[in-house]
Amino acid sequence: MKKILFDRIDEPGLNTLAVYERRGGYAAMRKALTRTPKEVLDELLASGIRGRGGAGFQMGKKVSFLPKGDMDKYLVCNADESEPGTFKDRELMQKSPHMLVEGIVIAAYAGGIDRAFIYIRGEYSYQADILDAAIEEARAAGYIGENILGSGHTLSLVLHRGAGAYICGEETGLLDSLEGKRGNPRLKPPFPAVEGLYHGPTLINNVETLSTVPHIIAMGGAEYAKIGTETSTGTKLVSVSGDVKRPGNYEIELGTPSREIIFGLAGGPHDGRTVKLWFPGGSSAPVLTADDLDIPYDFDSLAKAGSMLGSGAIIVVDDSHPVLDVAMKLAKFYAHESCGKCVPCREGTNWTVKMLQRIESGEATPMDLDIMASVQEQIIGNCLCVLGDAMAMPIGSMIEKYRPELEAQIEAARERAGSGALENVVALGLADDHAGPMPVH
Amino acid sequence: MRALRGKRQIDAEPAEAGELEPTDWDRPRTAPVPRFEHGSRVPGWDDAVDLTKDPAVVPDPASTPVPDGLRKQIEAAMARYPDPRSASIPALHAAQQEHGWCSPEAIEQVAAVMRLTPAYLTSVATFYDMLVTERKGHNDVFVCTNISCSLLGADELYDAMRAAASGEDDITVRSFECLGACDIAPMASVNGDYVGPLEPGDAKRIVADLLAGRPVLEEKQLRHRPCADPGAGAG
Repeated sequence: MKKILFDRIDEPGLNTLAVYERRGGYAAMRKALTRTPKEVLDELLASGIRGRGGAGFQMGKKVSFLPKGDMDKYLVCNADESEPGTFKDRELMQKSPHMLVEGIVIAAYAGGIDRAFIYIRGEYSYQADILDAAIEEARAAGYIGENILGSGHTLSLVLHRGAGAYICGEETGLLDSLEGKRGNPRLKPPFPAVEGLYHGPTLINNVETLSTVPHIIAMGGAEYAKIGTETSTGTKLVSVSGDVKRPGNYEIELGTPSREIIFGLAGGPHDGRTVKLWFPGGSSAPVLTADDLDIPYDFDSLAKAGSMLGSGAIIVVDDSHPVLDVAMKLAKFYAHESCGKCVPCREGTNWTVKMLQRIESGEATPMDLDIMASVQEQIIGNCLCVLGDAMAMPIGSMIEKYRPELEAQIEAARERAGSGALENVVALGLADDHAGPMPVH
Repeated sequence: MRALRGKRQIDAEPAEAGELEPTDWDRPRTAPVPRFEHGSRVPGWDDAVDLTKDPAVVPDPASTPVPDGLRKQIEAAMARYPDPRSASIPALHAAQQEHGWCSPEAIEQVAAVMRLTPAYLTSVATFYDMLVTERKGHNDVFVCTNISCSLLGADELYDAMRAAASGEDDITVRSFECLGACDIAPMASVNGDYVGPLEPGDAKRIVADLLAGRPVLEEKQLRHRPCADPGAGAG
């Protein structure tokens, strides 16, 4: 397969305008600016490209939702990349920053937008410096600014550095943060396309999505749509990490079997180990087991399997790690990162940590798993954003798929702590043998 | 959150014994419940507010001296946005560079330039992990202890890093959420430079390199690492 985003990505000096242009960079922007915004938008729609940040919403549709007419509209590039396991945008921005800048100019032209921001996470200071230099070069060359190349299209582009908060990767939390506030998510609707940054219509897209835009314009939307599957078009950068021999970013055609990515490209688990579970789309995705390795890696196949493609980050966990440890790491992360605005998420994440600690300390009974599962159910869909869901989905799936192992861990921990055998536990009258979820009043 | 660090204490004292007949669930718990200093089991705001004082208003620029360099940086940041308030994170970051941490004085200076209240800026500073409202060293070592790194030994690395930096006031070691470099797990960000994959034995080198002012673990810096995809290549 021919690489699109990763084509000769390690070429020395690709981060400079000179090398990028020598390789044909900014030609797509020139091509786009000779057409009408409507024609550029049609190419994006024809490409069928779905957002690469997590939600997988069609980018062309998102652009078409922006109201028409003369008003302050904004484009925000989401470069917060804080989903655990994800590191693809980092490599793109560090090695080919002009690809992103070019994509932003084209997308802004299609949406009739004249102000753009890149929100990059504060930890990526090296990548931010590279992007700053690239933006400066593009400005000096007249690719950003007023009346770009005589087309009448005007665009300002500002790089905004965050300061370390997972929630700022959520689009409305990101907008609040960009406005100089705490990064608390907002109630939707209104969606950002209608009312976003500074109350103006705002297009928010991920780095990878925007970096693909120049290639869509260069090859034509219909041509791009031929890559991948019918509903998951194009190529995808996949970050593979955890217990594999060759962790790293790989560009794959959507629809490639997951086994080929985990074993073929990333080398599979270390010798003598087997895959126990894997997250197909960052730590927020429900976990899949070794039986699911043959699922094609695309949006719909993974959704059908009960998980999601998310940000395209595969985390592999081998059989040397107890499920409880993985669940504990996850729950603590989400409890720390919950912004505290919505009760189900703020309380649910903290209580999940406490319940997992009960298992570790030998106080738990299998009923704790039922209560924990019911807590997860009550988080999902009940908050302004999906941070709580992002913990509830993988933890819920772990309880469902690894219940025998968790029950064995509960018993082993009770034994260690001398809490007494399970059959001696007083049932407290909740149910006959072991209770289902606690009744909710 | 202020209360979270260094203030945890274990309250193992049993409650008033002898008043009630011991029942099955009064048996001693295997693990005592950890409590914060203010007595609760949940973290909270235990930095008491002085209610006798008036609320702090926007500082008077005439009586709040701000270093020239810092003022210029903040004003330049404010000029980049349609709404100058958007500059609060860059401004606090600049103040943190200047003062070493977001001290009350630093926040007062930002407030004076941005025409905001110190309370507003404190609310922002306490939200973000990289803005620190407690005194810290000039060198920051963030050890990623999230899922991918912890599968490969990040917790041991963090312990080794803390041990290696103990006694060094100018080096602050923190465990951090996913830093977006799971390809070099387990890893750390040393003053913004990503290094990995690390072993616990590297902790001493990191401290030595920092103290000597050298680039940290040059051969393990992420910036030199080629793309893992065999089809990518250098062209």
